Amino acid sequence: MGNSPFTPGVVSARLPAEALAENFGDLHAPYTAHEAHVAADRCYFCYDAPCMEACPTTIDIPLFIRQIATGTPEAAAKTIFDQNILGGMCARVCPVEQLCEEVCVREVAEGKPVEIGRLQRYATDTLMAKNAHPFERAAPTGKRIAVVGAGPAGLACAHRLAMKGHSVTVFDARPKAGGLNEYGIASYKTVDDFAQKEVDWLLRIGGIEVQTGRALGEGGLTLDALAADHDAVFLGIGLGGVNALGAEGEETGNVADAVDFIEDLRQARDLATLPVGRDVVVIGGGMTAIDAAVQSKLLGAQNVTLVYRRGRDRMSASEYEQDLAASKGVHIVHHAMPVRVIGNGAVREVEFEYTSDGPNGLEPTGETFRLRADQLLRAIGQRLEGAPDGLTLEGGKIAVSGAGRTSMPNVWAGGDCAAGGDDLTVTAVAEGRDAAEDIHAQLS
Amino acid sequence: MADLTSDFLGIRSPNPFWLASAPPTDKEYNVRRAFEAGWGGVVWKTLGSEGPPIVNVNGPRYGVLYGADRQLLGLNNIELITDRPLEVNLEEMARVKADYPDRALIASIMVPCEEEAWKAILPRVEETGADGIELNFGCPHGMSERGMGSAVGQVPEYIEMVTRWCKKYYSRPVIVKLTPNITDIRKPAAAAKNGGADAVSLINTINSITAVDLDDLAPEPKIDGKGSHGGYCGPAVKPIALSMVSEIARDPETAGLPISGIGGVTTWRDAAEFLVLGAGNVQVCTAAMTYGFKIVEEMISGLSQWMDEKGYASVDEVVGCAVPNVTDWKHLNLNYITKARIDQDLCIKCGRCFAACEDTSHQAIAMNPGRVFEVKDDECVACNLCVNVCPVEDCITMVRLEAGEIDERTGKVVEPDYANWTTHPNNPAATAAE
Repeated sequence: MGNSPFTPGVVSARLPAEALAENFGDLHAPYTAHEAHVAADRCYFCYDAPCMEACPTTIDIPLFIRQIATGTPEAAAKTIFDQNILGGMCARVCPVEQLCEEVCVREVAEGKPVEIGRLQRYATDTLMAKNAHPFERAAPTGKRIAVVGAGPAGLACAHRLAMKGHSVTVFDARPKAGGLNEYGIASYKTVDDFAQKEVDWLLRIGGIEVQTGRALGEGGLTLDALAADHDAVFLGIGLGGVNALGAEGEETGNVADAVDFIEDLRQARDLATLPVGRDVVVIGGGMTAIDAAVQSKLLGAQNVTLVYRRGRDRMSASEYEQDLAASKGVHIVHHAMPVRVIGNGAVREVEFEYTSDGPNGLEPTGETFRLRADQLLRAIGQRLEGAPDGLTLEGGKIAVSGAGRTSMPNVWAGGDCAAGGDDLTVTAVAEGRDAAEDIHAQLS
Repeated sequence: MADLTSDFLGIRSPNPFWLASAPPTDKEYNVRRAFEAGWGGVVWKTLGSEGPPIVNVNGPRYGVLYGADRQLLGLNNIELITDRPLEVNLEEMARVKADYPDRALIASIMVPCEEEAWKAILPRVEETGADGIELNFGCPHGMSERGMGSAVGQVPEYIEMVTRWCKKYYSRPVIVKLTPNITDIRKPAAAAKNGGADAVSLINTINSITAVDLDDLAPEPKIDGKGSHGGYCGPAVKPIALSMVSEIARDPETAGLPISGIGGVTTWRDAAEFLVLGAGNVQVCTAAMTYGFKIVEEMISGLSQWMDEKGYASVDEVVGCAVPNVTDWKHLNLNYITKARIDQDLCIKCGRCFAACEDTSHQAIAMNPGRVFEVKDDECVACNLCVNVCPVEDCITMVRLEAGEIDERTGKVVEPDYANWTTHPNNPAATAAE
C-alpha cells in the first residue's frame, strides 16, 4: 500500500483518489451565463468573418455568438449544429488556437481572441442539457445506407442522411460508438462521459441503427456485401494501425502504443486501478503524444519525458498543447530519435540519438543519450489498416474525389481513413456531412 | 494647477461638481459623507409641504439599460420626493450647512402650485442657511399626476408664476429645474428667466420604460405585475441634455442665463462638455449611484488636468467656450469636403466598415483580396459611419480635401471659400448670387 510518484515500476494508485479526480476534471470550466455574455460581447460580428472561414465545418460563428449575447444560447446551438452535429465535442477538442481563434481579428489585434471554443461549448451544453434535439427527420425515403465506423465522420454522415429521411445502419468494431471521441481523446477534455451522451443525443434524430462489435472484414461484413445490400456505403473506419518505432529492443515489456494507453484510461471506471510508470517516456510530436504524456503525469508518474525527433516548430501538436504539457510538468525533448530500448524483459532505459535538420532531411548527429524509463509509449502516428480490397489508395489512405467519392461506385469515405484534410475531429465531421449531402443528391 | 473653485450665482464651492437632488442627497448622513468625499455642493433631495410625508412604492424603484458586462448605461426611477418629515430635513440641512460653510447646499422644493404653499415653506428653508433653492419642475412620474413636478415644467406660464412667488418670498438665488419632456426647451427657460429666476438647471429625467419583462408582459421596474413610466437618466441621456443646454446658452432670449448642467455626467470629460456648452457647473446623480461618492476624485483630477493642458486658469474661463460653435444646419460649410481614410496598419480586418457602408450607406468601401478595405473616393460622401462602427480608434479618419483638389464623387474642384445652404443654388429660398 501507499504507492506514490516515487514508487519504482509500473504501478497503480500513485496519487490519492481526490488528486486523481481533480487532475482529470474539466480542463476548462464551463462558462457561467454571465461569463458567456461578457465573452460574447467581445465579438465584433465581422463581415465574412475569418473565424468562419477557418472552421472546417464553416459554422456561422459571428451569428451564434450574437445569439448568445442576446440571451438565446439555444438558437446559437442550432446555428452550430446546422453545420456540425458534433459541435459539442468539437467545442472541447478542436485546436481552436490553430483554427477559428487563431484568425479572430481580436487575436490579430490584441493577442486575445474571442473565446469561440468555450462559447460554442456554452451554447451546445445549454441546448443538450435541455435534452432537446433541434432537428426532425424528413419523411422516409426507403433508401438504405451503410456507414462503417461510428466515429465523428460516420456519425456526422449518419445523422445528415437520417435527417434526409434515409435509413442508416452504422457498424463499428468496438463495443461502443464514438470512435476517437470515445476512445482516443484525453479524459480532461471530455469529462462526465460526454462522448456517449453526445452519441445518444445525436441518435435521437431516428432512423439510425447502430451495430457495435462488428468489424469490417469479419463475420461476413464485407464492403462488397454492404454495397450489394445498400444504396450507398460510407467508410469512416479511421486509422487502426500504429506505426512502430523501428528501434532495437522495441518488443520488450512495458512498451505500448499511446492510443491503447489513452483508450484504457478513457474506459477505466476507476483511475486508481490504472498502472503507470515512475519514469514514462513518450515518443511522438502530435496530439496523441501530448495526451498520453500529460495523462501519465496526471496519473502520478514522477518523470514524464516527451521526445520528438524534430524541432518544436514541426510538432503537429499546437503550441497551446505543448504549453499545456509543460505546465503539467512534462519535459519535452526535441531533435532526438530512439535507437534502442534497453531492458531485461521490461524497458529500463531508452537510448536516443540527437538529430539535426540537414540538406537531406533529418540526420542523426552520432551523439546519444539515455533516459530512464519503466514505461515507453509510442505515438508516432497511425496508419490505415484493413482497407477493403478494390479501393484505390493514395498515400496509404483511401483516395477520394469530390465529397468523399472513392474509386468504387456508391462507396464514399471520410475522416482520418480518407486522403486529404487534417486528422481532426472537426474535419472528419465536415467530411462525413458533405459525403451525406453528396449521397443524398445522388440518391434523389 | 487650474483653479476649480466655482462661483455659481455667488454661491461658492471648491469645485463645480454638485450632487443632484436625488436619493444620494436624501439625508444628513449621505450629505456629510459626500462632502467628506470631496463634492463641491449638494442639492438636497426635494422637500414637499409640511404634513404627512410622501409614501414610496415598496417594490423596485429603478429600472436599467445595460451595455456590455452589465455596464449601466441608463437608469430610470419611480421614486418620489423625500418621504421624510419636512422638519427633519430642515434641521439636518441647517446642521450640515453650519458644519460645511465652504460647500454649496441647495434646497430642492416641490409644493403645490398655490402661492400659499410656497409662502409657507420658503421662510423655513431660508432659516436653514441653505445657499439657494432649486424648484423641482421636472420629475415626470408620480408627483406630476398630482399637478407638480413636470406638470408645472411643461407649462411655461406656471413656471413664470411660481418663480415670481419664490423671488418674492425668498432672498437667495432661485434655480429652476427644467423637464426635458417638452418640445422646445427654450420656452420654459425663457419663462423662468421672465419670472426672475437666477438660473436654470437641466435636464431632469425623461419619461421612460427601460424594459419589458417578456414573461410577465410588464414594464420595468414592475410592481406586482404593473409598471409606470419612470424618469430616465444616466450616460444614455447626456446627448439630449447637452443639446438642450446649448439651446438655452445660444438663444438670444435666454443667453447669459446661468445654467447648472445635469444629465449623464459620469466622468470629468462629460462635465467639461457641459461647461463648454454653457453650464456654469454640473450636477451628478447616476454616476454616484452606480459607483459611489468616490468618483468625484476622478472628476476633479481629470478636469484639472485638462484645464492645465489647455491653459484654462479657472472654471469661469471654460464656461460657454464652445457655444459659438453650436449653430444651425443651414450655416454649416458645404465646401468643407472630407473623405474617409483607412489606416491599413491599424486595420484589424473585421470588415465592419464594409458591412455598414455596403449595406446601409453609400457603397463607398471596397473589400479587396486579403480582406483589405479601401475607400472609394468617387462614392464616399464622408458620412462618418465607418469611423463610428470601426472598433479601432483612429483607424479610420476623415481627411479634408484641400481647396483646388477634385472631389471625385462630384467631379468638382473644392472651393476655398465658406458657403452654406442659404446661398446654395439648390435652395429655392437662396439669396441671389451677386
